Amino acid sequence: MLDIEIDGKQAQVPAGSTIMDAAQLVGAYIPHFCYHKKLSIAANCRMCLVQVEKAPKPMPACATPVTSGMKVFTHSELAVTAQKGVMEFLLINHPLDCPICDQGGECQLQDLAVGYGGSASRYQEAKRVVFHKDVGPLVSMQEMSRCIHCTRCVRFGQEIAGVMELGMANRNMHSEIQTFVGRTVDSELSGNMIDLCPVGALTSKPFRYSARSWELSRRKSISPHDSLGSNLTVQVKDNRVMRVLPRENEEINECWISDKDRFSYAGLNSAERLQKPMIRVDGALREVDWNVALDYVAHALKDITKTHGGEAIAALGSAHSTLEELHLLQKLTRGLGSGSVDFRPRRRDFSADGKLAGTPWLGLKLAQIGQLDAALVVGSFLRKDHPLFAQRLRQLARKSGKVSLISVTGDDPLISLHAQLTVSPEELTRALAAVVKAAAQLTNTALPAGLESIEPCATSQLIAQSLLAGEQRAIFLGNVAEQSAQAAQLHALAAELARLTGASFGFIGEAANSVGGYVAKALPTALNAYEMFAQPRQAYVLLGVEPELDCYNPQQAVAALKQAALVVMLTPFKPNAALDYADVLLPTTPFTETSGSFVNCEGRVQSFNGVARPLGDARPGWKVLRVLGNVLAIDGFDYDSSEQVRDEILAPDSLFVDGLDNGINGLSFSLGAVTAGLQRIAEVPIYFADPLVRHSDALQQTRDAAAPTARMCAATLAQTGITDGAQVRVRQGQAEALLTARADESVPPACVRVAAAHASTATLGDMFGAINVERA
Amino acid sequence: MAILGALNPMLTVGLNGDKAWRLDDYVKRDGYSALKKILAGKMPQDQVINEVKKSVLRGRGGAGFPTGLKWSFMPRAFSGDKYLVCNSDEGEPGTFKDRDILLFNPHSVIEGMIIAAYAMGAARGYNYIHGEVWEVYTRFEEALDEALAAGLLGKNILGSGFDFELFAHHGYGAYICGEETALLESIEGKKGQPRFKPPFPASFGLYGKPTTINNTETFAAIPLIMNLGGEAYLESGKANNGGTKLFSVSGHVNRPGNYEIPLGTPFPILLEMAGGMRGGRELKGCIPGGSSSPVVPASIMMDCTMDYDSISKAGSMLGSGAVIVMDETTCMVKALERLSFFYYEESCGQCTPCREGTNWLYRIVHRIENGQGRADDLDLLGSVTTNIMGRTICALGDAASMPVQSFVKHFRDEFAYHIEHKKCLVPPDIQRAGSGFFKATV
Repeated sequence: MLDIEIDGKQAQVPAGSTIMDAAQLVGAYIPHFCYHKKLSIAANCRMCLVQVEKAPKPMPACATPVTSGMKVFTHSELAVTAQKGVMEFLLINHPLDCPICDQGGECQLQDLAVGYGGSASRYQEAKRVVFHKDVGPLVSMQEMSRCIHCTRCVRFGQEIAGVMELGMANRNMHSEIQTFVGRTVDSELSGNMIDLCPVGALTSKPFRYSARSWELSRRKSISPHDSLGSNLTVQVKDNRVMRVLPRENEEINECWISDKDRFSYAGLNSAERLQKPMIRVDGALREVDWNVALDYVAHALKDITKTHGGEAIAALGSAHSTLEELHLLQKLTRGLGSGSVDFRPRRRDFSADGKLAGTPWLGLKLAQIGQLDAALVVGSFLRKDHPLFAQRLRQLARKSGKVSLISVTGDDPLISLHAQLTVSPEELTRALAAVVKAAAQLTNTALPAGLESIEPCATSQLIAQSLLAGEQRAIFLGNVAEQSAQAAQLHALAAELARLTGASFGFIGEAANSVGGYVAKALPTALNAYEMFAQPRQAYVLLGVEPELDCYNPQQAVAALKQAALVVMLTPFKPNAALDYADVLLPTTPFTETSGSFVNCEGRVQSFNGVARPLGDARPGWKVLRVLGNVLAIDGFDYDSSEQVRDEILAPDSLFVDGLDNGINGLSFSLGAVTAGLQRIAEVPIYFADPLVRHSDALQQTRDAAAPTARMCAATLAQTGITDGAQVRVRQGQAEALLTARADESVPPACVRVAAAHASTATLGDMFGAINVERA
Repeated sequence: MAILGALNPMLTVGLNGDKAWRLDDYVKRDGYSALKKILAGKMPQDQVINEVKKSVLRGRGGAGFPTGLKWSFMPRAFSGDKYLVCNSDEGEPGTFKDRDILLFNPHSVIEGMIIAAYAMGAARGYNYIHGEVWEVYTRFEEALDEALAAGLLGKNILGSGFDFELFAHHGYGAYICGEETALLESIEGKKGQPRFKPPFPASFGLYGKPTTINNTETFAAIPLIMNLGGEAYLESGKANNGGTKLFSVSGHVNRPGNYEIPLGTPFPILLEMAGGMRGGRELKGCIPGGSSSPVVPASIMMDCTMDYDSISKAGSMLGSGAVIVMDETTCMVKALERLSFFYYEESCGQCTPCREGTNWLYRIVHRIENGQGRADDLDLLGSVTTNIMGRTICALGDAASMPVQSFVKHFRDEFAYHIEHKKCLVPPDIQRAGSGFFKATV
């Protein structure tokens, strides 16, 4: 520890701290622009110049290491003169167009100019003009003359997003921030650059010019998208969500959020929002009042239980639904006499159900990721499935943690990987089994039965070695592993690898409430999410899912729904009109218009309030289910608040849920046969993953929202006689879709990558499984 | 041969042959004997460094930092890669000495670098050569090939077991790449922008490894020091200013070119060696150490000796030894305008005071020169330079400010005249005459 005195205040700071660190410790504010606690030190803005005793020149606080006994003066004449000098330089070429600048009112330059800027400028020449750039639908670079060259955006790209999409070209005062010529900013974390920009150079394209920052009320919320449960500040004006910003939580999202979290709000204000209950009468949907709709649903469900029994009803929720909604959904379903309730529509393999030791979760706290020595991720489109989780792994790899990836495509995670294995979906179990076997060999442990035929390759040995070295290691199963037809096998193999290596293991989790669904017991005692469509039911209650986009086998799901006597959808959005399976539409509210809780991948309970009133006649899902329970005269539906529902599930004031345990018992290894034909690889594209992002027009204009193609490696193209760019018909049994073929060397041989969750592929079958491709 | 003259020369001795840059010519001049002696005798590393320390060889790139001291900063116990870099990115206006050393005596630099690498335990070196002097780059490459073929570079040099690989690397002409950390960034393939220091290159240099960077002329002096002994080298110059130095004399002299003189030689002697003032005109001022050093008026300059301490006492810097001579036909405002334009143009744009300030300085001086000056402009120039100096990441901000401050200080009348009368104190025809393109009429 080093002693330092800042403005007369004593402090002790660890060796290696900078003056800026020490100043924050003692609560002394040093003005700055380029400094950001999560980014590398650039020391280029020079705003943080302070006086250091015995130093002849003012020193930049952000970059000057503390030495023992150092005395720092942040407001001495020397310091303030230097700071004012820098401010004058920053302002001479700045347009000073605050009244028409989107950043006005929340601008660091504006704020600091009040304290350090002059009231008139000594600079009387023409100001620099920097040409505007179009870098895509999310980040606006229309007013680059405002840029003060702090390079926060550049460093963010290099260090946090893992890809340098912005750079500073040219030199002297002609330096400007720009992309590589003609390129756009496509990172899934790009929106954070808007927050980082201390001036109005980078602004939010969807938000700009729609409100002034002081008109917005700031309300806390939790992201309903990925399994992190990023903390949000939702900004509302006139009951309309205008903007979403990160709310700092070092243990979860740090100070970042993904573009999905940030820009999905555009879907909240979509014209596709369902605002009135609707019932299908004579083939057409008609708007009705809530009491009519609820009576209709109650009667219809009762009729079906009477004639066909409770098991003729199935209920499917979504892992994006709140804990309270899922709890009430399963309670209602069981009250109707059915055990067919689930919240995992994109799953195929449920054989782990009943064999689990507890609630599957991440296996460690998110904040612990940074301390790992090694990590292995199995089956994940890391960047697109979990942008900020990937970011944590990226930081881990940057500071010498060994991160390995076994997955079904060679997509670049923008992490400097220790080892990478890319295999077909069917071979995923074998690839993981090879690491298990390598670990067994390295530790001289008896090999578990069923893995005898596996021969570890050099890469699997490398991975096993990394998991055996160091203090803390972890294995993570991604979305592909959970959606795989051999999910339980992968689970058991990961458990075995964890046992052999002493690593922790767990699931990254598909969505905001993937852990919560287990906690709410929205789990089948009869038919699971796949079986309820494979064995068609008479009635379906769908909560927050769009089955043609959200199910493992959309073709099968839609067929089952079409034959059903009753399909009730609780949804914030009007469903696809062309698929006329819905009989009753009950408008529920998205996360901003309801209270509720999500349990994130580390088991953390995060409850939130609504930030806006429900749109039109839409009502929070928990209220709709609660009233439906009443109308159906099912006991135990007398809640007055969502908190009462939550308290029925969790101990009051739980920070983390109980019973987290990834153990799996009674499953023997059977790696399955590798079939001869082509296999489908279906990712869930980042901006099609849930109904809200699908309705966000801002996100739908991004590159990541491009329509799916049938992607194959050159060998597969040659084998099928298809050329890059050709129109192809892809078939899965009876299901088919017309797509464009694309050469893509990141796809393993004998595989066709066709994304799920998109209208153009909603007619297809299983996400993973046999597929045929032929010239259209 | 562009070394036009010398007084007790050391660096440029024997460069009369038309193939002086060839290895055999260099060996005939006793070249590589210092290296052979060191390797054959397995001279301890400390002894090499001590010899350099004794010579009081000061860095010839501009800052004049004692070379032996710099070498001793390299972590001895460091087990990983260490690098040695030669800074031949000679971009300072007025400086052209390294160009001639590399053209006519490249092996002296190579030998100096090998000795330095031996002393510091570096296994790899780069010579970063200014991209606008391509001939120099190709010639140095040839010299490297010769040295490699002769077993003087690469693995197991002269059977001693010492390995040193040396590469030439050319820049693309950015002045800022002559700043040592920007130069390192450039070698690494990045945009040439200076790094914030600390950490200094000796602990975190090229590719993050301990690195020593010296100027071309500094390395060229190393074999001499090792052959003569440090003390003898020191004695050839002046106390605390060891050895001889190359001066690039340009401007209003009859024979502009490179001259080697012992440090401490009086300025009038150097001026005389350069053929005296062109057209016999009066000296008005002199920039003694490259464009970034403060200008010194004639009266002070004529009393100076050419060494670090004397020039420093005169309020300027010896810098790289680029002596820019200006006679009475020079418009000092115009001269400063050109210099300010250079620094504005070459600022890397990284840090605020330099990026914005160099532009502002140029605009103000340009305004004065073009009859748009305002009464408070000279104060403004002073204030802007104060706001730049000492507040930037590298020394370019200071380099841009010092000429402005010194020109205004020593020739304030001329600036004031420009502002008041919207024209130059030196009549245009006289200026034209002095430019050398017109017949002198003074």
